[in-house]
Order: sequence, then C-alpha cells, then structure tokens
Amino acid sequence: MANTDMFDLRGMVGRHAQMSGVWVALAAMIIFGLLRYENFGSAYNLGSFLNYNSMFIIISLGMCFVIMTGGIDLSVGYVAAFTSIVAAYLSPWGIVPALIGGVAAGVAFGAVNAILIVPMRLPPFIATLSTMLAAKGGALVISGKQTVAVDWESSFTKLGMEKAFGPIPWTIVLVAIAAVVLWIILERTALGRTVLAIGGSEEASGLMGLKVTRAKVFVYLLSGGCAGLAGVFLASGFGAGQPLEGTGWELTAIASVVVGGTLLTGGLGSIPATVGGALLLGLVFNLLNFENGRGTISLSAYWQMVIRGGVLFAVILLQARMNKSADRAN
Amino acid sequence: MQQLVSMRQVRKSFAGVPALRDASLEIVPGEVHALIGQNGAGKSTLIKCLTGVHRRDGGQVSLSGREFAADSPRDAQDSGIATIYQELNLVPLRSVTENIVMGAEPKNRLGLIDWPAAHRRAGEMLSRFGIDIDVRQRLGRYPAAIQQLVAIARAVSLDARLVIMDEPTSSLDDREIETLFSVVRNLRAEGISVLYVSHFLDELFQICDRVTVMRDGCTVAVREIARTDKLGLIADMLGRDRNEISASGMTALDGPRGEVGAEILSLGHVATGRSLRDASLTVRQGEIVGLGGLLGSGRTETARAIFGLDSLKHGEITLPGGGGAPRSPADAIAAGIGFVAEDRKAEGIVPDMSVRENLTLALLPRLRHAGGIDTRREREIVDHFIRALGIKLASADQPIRQLSGGNQQKVLLARWLATRPDLLILDEPTRGVDVGAKREIQAIIRDFVADGGAVLLISSEFEEIVEGADRVIVMQEGRSVSELPGEGLTESALIAAIAHVPDEVPA
Repeated sequence: MANTDMFDLRGMVGRHAQMSGVWVALAAMIIFGLLRYENFGSAYNLGSFLNYNSMFIIISLGMCFVIMTGGIDLSVGYVAAFTSIVAAYLSPWGIVPALIGGVAAGVAFGAVNAILIVPMRLPPFIATLSTMLAAKGGALVISGKQTVAVDWESSFTKLGMEKAFGPIPWTIVLVAIAAVVLWIILERTALGRTVLAIGGSEEASGLMGLKVTRAKVFVYLLSGGCAGLAGVFLASGFGAGQPLEGTGWELTAIASVVVGGTLLTGGLGSIPATVGGALLLGLVFNLLNFENGRGTISLSAYWQMVIRGGVLFAVILLQARMNKSADRAN
Repeated sequence: MQQLVSMRQVRKSFAGVPALRDASLEIVPGEVHALIGQNGAGKSTLIKCLTGVHRRDGGQVSLSGREFAADSPRDAQDSGIATIYQELNLVPLRSVTENIVMGAEPKNRLGLIDWPAAHRRAGEMLSRFGIDIDVRQRLGRYPAAIQQLVAIARAVSLDARLVIMDEPTSSLDDREIETLFSVVRNLRAEGISVLYVSHFLDELFQICDRVTVMRDGCTVAVREIARTDKLGLIADMLGRDRNEISASGMTALDGPRGEVGAEILSLGHVATGRSLRDASLTVRQGEIVGLGGLLGSGRTETARAIFGLDSLKHGEITLPGGGGAPRSPADAIAAGIGFVAEDRKAEGIVPDMSVRENLTLALLPRLRHAGGIDTRREREIVDHFIRALGIKLASADQPIRQLSGGNQQKVLLARWLATRPDLLILDEPTRGVDVGAKREIQAIIRDFVADGGAVLLISSEFEEIVEGADRVIVMQEGRSVSELPGEGLTESALIAAIAHVPDEVPA
C-alpha cells in the first residue's frame, strides 16, 4: 500500500460507490425544484420539509441496521404511534422525561423483537409482524382510541415546532447526531463490522467467533429506539399522541434503505445513503406539492403514491446500472 | 442379458473444464450397482447426464437398448428412472399418502380423489417393504429413514425400472440402514435395478452385485463385488497398484520419530455422531499433524469437534492452555485455535466486505481502542500480512469476492495468523487454488510451524499430507485407526494405511 493517506478515502468511496445512484437522483431533483418552483429553496420549505421527514429518516436508520444483518423490522410504524402517546402522556413533565420515556417504550418493543428472533429463533418477518399488531392494539388501548393532546405549557412542543438555528429544526439536529453516531458505529467499531459480517455470511461470522447474538439483539433494540424517537417527534410536531398514525411507515423506511443501496439480503449498507434515500422519497412528495401549487395539474394523494412508486423503481434501476459498470471497471 | 442402462464414452465439460472425459456405466435389470470414486471423480455429473439435469457433450446412452436422452428430470422419471436425492424431494407437511400418490391419485367416478383407495394403495406400497405406519400422518413426523423409504415407495409406484440412490445412508443410524438394505433387496427381487452411490465401502459388500469405479472423469474399473475387496476398490479409486500399496504399507508403518515440543492439544476417544465415532490424537508445538483418510472418514468432523462446532457425545478434548472441550468457536478462538474451514465460500469469506475487513474479522476483539476499532493498527496489520503473504490485489479495500481463489485463501490464513494462534486447523487449505499459490500457501504454513505454531492439516491430496505432515493420524469410518511418522512416509504407505482393514491384514 504505497499511499496510506488515500487508504481511508478509497475505503469510503469503495463501499459507497455503489450507492451513489441515490445522490445523483437527489441532486437532480433538487436542481429541478430550484429551477422550476420559486419558493422551493425558501427557508420555510426547507425547515418544514426537514422537520416532517425527520421521523422517516430516524426509522430508516434503525431499519438500515436491521436489514444489514439480513433481518427486517415491520413493527416500526405502530411502535412510533404507541410511543407518541407515551410521550404525550409524559409531556407535562417537560421535554426530557417525554423524550426518554418515548424512546424507552420503543426500546422495550425492540427487546420483545430481539427475544422472539434471537433466543426463540422466530423468523424476523413473523416476529416483528406480531409486535407490529401488538403495538397497534396497545396504542389504541392506552389512548382510548383518541388522540392524546400534549401539554402545551411545557417545553415539549419546542422539540417538534421550533428551530435550533436558521431554518434548521431541533428534530433534524437530533437526527443528524444520531446519524453521525450510527455512522461511526457502523464504520469504526467491532459491533458495526459484526452487523455487516452477519448479513454477509452468518455462518462464517459464527466460525470467526464474532458476537453474533449480541449484534442481532443490538439492531432490534436500536430499531425500536429509533421508532420510539420518531414517535416523540410525531407527538411534539403535531401536538398530540396519534394512535392511528404509523400505517405504512415500515414500508417507507424499507424503501429508503433499499434506495440507499442496502441489500435486502444484508451484508452491505450505508448510513449516509440511507439518509439520502429517505430524503429522496420525501422530496418526491415535496416536489409534487409544489407542482400542484402551480395549478397546471392537480394530482390526488393517490396519484402521488403511484408517482413515488415509479421514482423508487427508477432510482433502483439507475443503481443497478451503476453497480454493473462499477463492477466492470474493477 | 440385455442392458437396462448403457452409457458409453460420455463426455461433459463445464465452462471448458472437463468433468467427464470417458465415462461409462452399464446396469443390467435387477442388479444393485455401486458407483464409487473420490470427490470430483465425476459420479454426480454422470448421474445427472442420465437423469436429464445435464445434457452430455458426447457419448452414447441407451435405455433398454434404445437411444436415450432425457431433456429434464421429469422426462427421465417418465422413462422409469427415479432418483432419491440426499435432500429428499418430498413435501414433509403433507401426509405420507399424498407424498406417494401425488400426481397419480386414484379418482372416483366423479373425478375426485378417492382417498380411501389412496390410503390403501400407499399402505400396500409400504408394506411391501415391511413398513407399517399410519399413512394419514404428516410425512415430516417420521424419521429420515422412513422418509427415504417413502421416496423409494413413490419411485416404485411410478413404475421405476431404475432407482438411483445418492448417499442414502449418510443420515441414517445402523438399524435404519438395515431396513433400507432389506428394501433394496426387495427391489432387486422384483427385477428393479438400483444404482447405489456411497463412500461407505463396507456397505457395498453387503448389498451390491457390481461396482463401477470412477477417477478423474473416467470409468476406470467395473468389478463383480464378490471378486474384489476393499483394498482393491481403494486401489482402483486412487489409481494405484494394490501390491504396491500393501507391500510398502508393511514397511513404513514403523519409522523414526522426530523431535517435538510440548503437547498443546489432545483428543481422547472423541465421538460426536455417526460420522465421528472414536478419534484420539495429540498435537504438539512445532509440528504439523496430518489427518489422512477417505471422504467420509471423519476428518472434517474431528476439526469441527476441536473448534467447538459439534458437541461431544463421548470422550474428551484438552485445548491449548489446558481447557476442556470448547462449547463454541469463540471458546476455541480464546484458547488459541484458528480454523480455516473447507468450504471457503460458505464458511470463510464475507464476500461483499473488503479484504481489509475480512482479514481482521477474527481479530476485532483485540483491535478495540477507545470504544472503536484502532484503524491505524488495523492498517498496519493488514499491510504487514498483504506483504508477508504476497497477497495480490488492487487495494485492501476492494471486496474480497474479486480476488482469485488462492488470494482469498491467503487472506483467510492471514485472518487466523493475525490472531497469533497456538494451533491452526486447516481443512483442505489448497483446494481450488493454482499451483503457484499452493506452494506459497504451503510455505506460509511451514513458517508458522517454524515459529512454534502447531497445525492440524486435513487434505484429500495425499501428496500434500506426505510432504507436509510430521505425523499422520489415519482415519477410517469415523475412527482414528493408526498413526504414521512423517519422516520416510510415502504416498503408497499412507494409502495402504488408509485402505488397511484391521480384520483382514494385507498379504
């Protein structure tokens, strides 16, 4: 290795080269938006866009770790609904208890997933499907089927409604911190490498004496905690715990992870590209809203979903092409 | 008597690599015919050319005297050739009856399935083999042997004229094997032929009439089982002269013993299952101990037991550092053992991870620094091993799947060498690598031993064992049967020891 300074840089580029499709698509859409819509680049749009999508970014990050081990977590959406209610109930005591309580409730669901999947050896799909239903039912039970208003007097709503600086909301600051920590865990710790190794070959990982059990437990706890945090954002941003929210969030998260180039079979994945994937999916809606606002066309929410599906497909196709040419270059 | 199956001069290549060069196989009606050969001899390719899985490149195949070329396994089945694979192609969640009559269900006048008749027929089918079970139960509730017999019953019910059994006894216990054998004898009595593939040579003498021996893609011998013996079959399989084997075997069994260091591993009468019944051996510092034996003799199972992958049913293991039998690979690694597994793709590399990451995976606990991975030390270690082992690559950060087999194997060796083990277990360390890389890998192993390491070497290549090992433990059918000194050991002496049958001393 002649040039050790280049070592790390090439390492990063090497792993992330295959995920660059998401950045190309993201850049193209941002440029398109800036050129076509006057207020697209406004501080207001940026702030509200980031605030709304912070929920999806954070659950995508947890989902990314689960998928890298070759697993899946279907429970995240309803767990977020459940924890939004927990946070709303705790909001009179202020932001910190509500935040900790919401995340802890999410981690508890993650622990149930981990127990079902690791010692009890249930397939992740089945295990998290059960906790998904349990979380949905639980959310309706503890809320009495009503939205649970937060305490507007306490500091709690600052998290979801105020800006940290400039147009940047507090939620996205927390998400950014979480993303950086998770990025470091993935790229720079034995735990992160074990996560990737399990997805690559669980058998080989066990033969190397890696702590497979611990890593698998970790990813489900993490995913639960991330869903818990998303629930806190939900309650704080909309001023209420929402027992009926969360439907389809798991699919949005899975889509973000996949658009970010993470293999559903595990073993390969990237934190920045997952964030990029979540932003990309959110941006499709944002652009469609602006397009509707121009008044030239009017697309219903249903058509927007169809278009988002099309964009998802196009990005994945783009990525497959870029992968192929990258492999040929090697 | 007219041949049922006749395959002559069959050729088949995969991507230019010949798997069959001149293979032939003749089976007469109502005989039990064995097909044997070492790993890679071409047995399964030949069978697949018969059953329509592969299309042959050349040669003649006829069935009952008529030219025959199956396009698909289904086609072969319709022509009366049934194959019982190791992984049974049955549906465990459905009833025994359904599994037997599926696709040929008896119908009543309304065109619906006549279940009473189906159950009756399934029951009759099985009772012909002396099996009396509740055919309404799910197949999966019965043990492997019964499932295998159900597969055979299904084959016979479809009017099979030839039943191919691929390693039918590998998952059965002794009593189940007896049942299987009686079924095979029943088939023969009914005029149905059986092609029997097995690496348990003793079995052949119990139930087979004739045996075809393959080596390197060619059929090298066809023998009447009554007119040959185990030594003869092994000589055929390995391509040696039987007199040479037995003669040299007698002289080299007791030779001088070399200097050795302290004992770091010992196994006493270790058993983990049918494939490993009684293995005893010791490994000392600074020596390479070879495990010699045929396919299925228990070599890999011995390694798995030492590495904590299979739990012991009998016997004891003493690890480096004095600990007892490990309960997990992590235990074994902590005790100073490294294991380069036989199946590099499934058990060794993590394909999408970089060379650097693959190399340091087993080392991660020791690279921890302030909660993270000490990347500077990691780079130093990776650079050191890439240089020291001459690993050829574009960048340490390229995915390991892009490397050649030999270089992948070097990375795996480096992975374990970096943990500074006391003992390295190498299962087929040079399989599938080119000659140059092979020499380099062997030199790496030598260096490791010269520095005081110890190696347990498993190899199907007798040359590698003979050249490399300081001592050789010979294994037969799950047992360690003898020990040979490495010095002065010749390939034919090793082969003789492997072929040596305790109760019939070679003349």
